[in-house]
Amino acid sequence: MQLEPRKPAVVRDQVLPLKSDADVVQARQAVRRAAEELKFNLVEQTKIVTAASELARNTLLHGRGGTMKVEFVADLSRRGLRLTFEDRGPGIADISRALQDGFSTADGLGLGLPGARRLMSEFDIQSKLGEGTRVTVVRWKP
Amino acid sequence: MNTPTTIPQMIENHRDSLLADWLQEQATIGSQRLLISDAELRQQCLDFLRLLQEATASGGMKDMNSPQWDRVKELLESVATSRAQQGFSPTEVATFVFSLKKPLFGRLRQDIRDVENLGREIWAGTEMIDRLGLYTAEVYQKARDETISRQQAEMLELSTPVVNLWEGILALPLIGTLDSSRTQVVMETLLQKIVDTGSTVAIIDITGVPTVDTLVAQHLLKTVTAARLMGADCIISGIRPQIAQTIVHLGVELGDVATKASLADAFQLALKRAGLEIRRPAASALAGED
Ligand SMILES: Nc1ncnc2c1ncn2[C@@H]1O[C@H](COP(=O)(O)OP(=O)(O)O)[C@@H](O)[C@H]1O
Ligand SMILES: [Mg+2]
Repeated sequence: MQLEPRKPAVVRDQVLPLKSDADVVQARQAVRRAAEELKFNLVEQTKIVTAASELARNTLLHGRGGTMKVEFVADLSRRGLRLTFEDRGPGIADISRALQDGFSTADGLGLGLPGARRLMSEFDIQSKLGEGTRVTVVRWKP
Repeated sequence: MNTPTTIPQMIENHRDSLLADWLQEQATIGSQRLLISDAELRQQCLDFLRLLQEATASGGMKDMNSPQWDRVKELLESVATSRAQQGFSPTEVATFVFSLKKPLFGRLRQDIRDVENLGREIWAGTEMIDRLGLYTAEVYQKARDETISRQQAEMLELSTPVVNLWEGILALPLIGTLDSSRTQVVMETLLQKIVDTGSTVAIIDITGVPTVDTLVAQHLLKTVTAARLMGADCIISGIRPQIAQTIVHLGVELGDVATKASLADAFQLALKRAGLEIRRPAASALAGED
C-alpha cells in the first residue's frame, strides 16, 4: 500500500506582483531574504534565487505578467521554501518540449524551465492554452 | 472642551495583553511577517503602543499636527519606509495600524460598562486609528515611489565605464542587475570601445552582478561572440564558486570562453595573451630576500 505523501503545512506566505523588470528585481530580493531567513547556505541561496529569477522572467515575458507567491513550508521532518509563479497568459502548447534544454519560442537560451527544475528539489508545472501557467517549485533544507 | 479619554490609561494598564492580541490579529490576517522577523515586529508594535500612550495621554486625539504626535508619526514613517523597501503591499502596511482596532476596542468594551461612554471612546479611537493608518499609507506610497525610482536608477547605473587597463586590454566591470533593456546599450558601448581602441582582449568582470541567470548568460555570450568578430578575445572574471555551480545546473555552457575567479587573474591572463608579463625589478626582488 502506498501512503499519501503528507501535505506540508504553510508557515507563512507572501504574494508579490510580476509586472515589470523592477518587480523581477524585487522578487529576487524577496526570495534571497526568505532563503537567508531559512538559513540556506550560500550555494543553496544562489540556486534558489537563480531559479526564481528564471521563473519570474518567464511569467513576465512569456506569461505577460502575473504573481509570485513565497511560502515557508514545513512537514514533520524538514523546512523549505516554496515558490509559485502564476500568470493568465497564453499557456504552453507542449509542456514536455518546453522542458527540454534549449527549447525557446522567444529567442532565449531555452534553459530557464529545465534549469529551474534542476536547481530545485521539487518542480511542478500546470498550463492550459489560453488560460495561463502555474509553476510551483520547492527547495527543502538539507 | 476635550472630553478626557480612557485610552491612554487603558494602554498603560493592559499593554502586554494588548500587544499579544495585536500580534495575534496581525498573524491571523497573515501575509505580514514573511519579510520581517517576529522579534522586529514585536519591537515595532511595542514602541508604537508606548508612543501612542504618551501621545494620547497629553490630550488632543483629534489634531495629529500637534507636536505630541510627532514621535508616533516618526515611528510610522520608519515602519512604512522600511516595509516599502522590503516589498510589502500597501494593504499589508496599512494593516499594521488598522489591525490594532479589534484588540483596542475589545479592551474598551471590557473596561467601560456605560454604553454612551463606550460609544464615544470607540468613535474617538476609530477616528484616531483611521488617521494614523492613512498617514502610514501615504508615507508608504511616497517611499515606494522613491524605491522604484532608485531601482530604475540602479539599473541605469549599469552603464559602467569601460576601463582601459593596458594597451590593447579593456575591462568592463559590470555592477547591478542586467534586467533592463539598458544591458544591450552597455554591451554595445564595450564593442564600440573595442573598435575605437583596437583592443585585442576584453575582460568582462561580473563580481558586481548579484544573480547570473540565463538572461545574463545570454547577454554575455552575445557580447563575447560579437567581440570576437571585431578581433577581441573576452575573458569573464568574477565568477564566484556558488555562481559557477549554479550555472552548471542551469545548463549554460560558456563554451571556450576563458573564465577567471578574479579581475586580477583575468588581467594576468590578458597580459600573457598579449605577450606581456609583470615582473618585480631585479633589485627589489633581491632586497626582499633575506
Ligand atoms: N509562463 C509561461 N507562459 C507561457 N509560455 C511559457 C511560460 N514559461 C515558459 N514558457 C514557454 O517555454 C519556453 C521555454 O522556457 P525557458 O526554458 O525559460 O526558455 P526561454 O525563456 O529562454 O525561452 C519558452 O520559450 C516559452 O515558449
Ligand atoms: Mg526563460
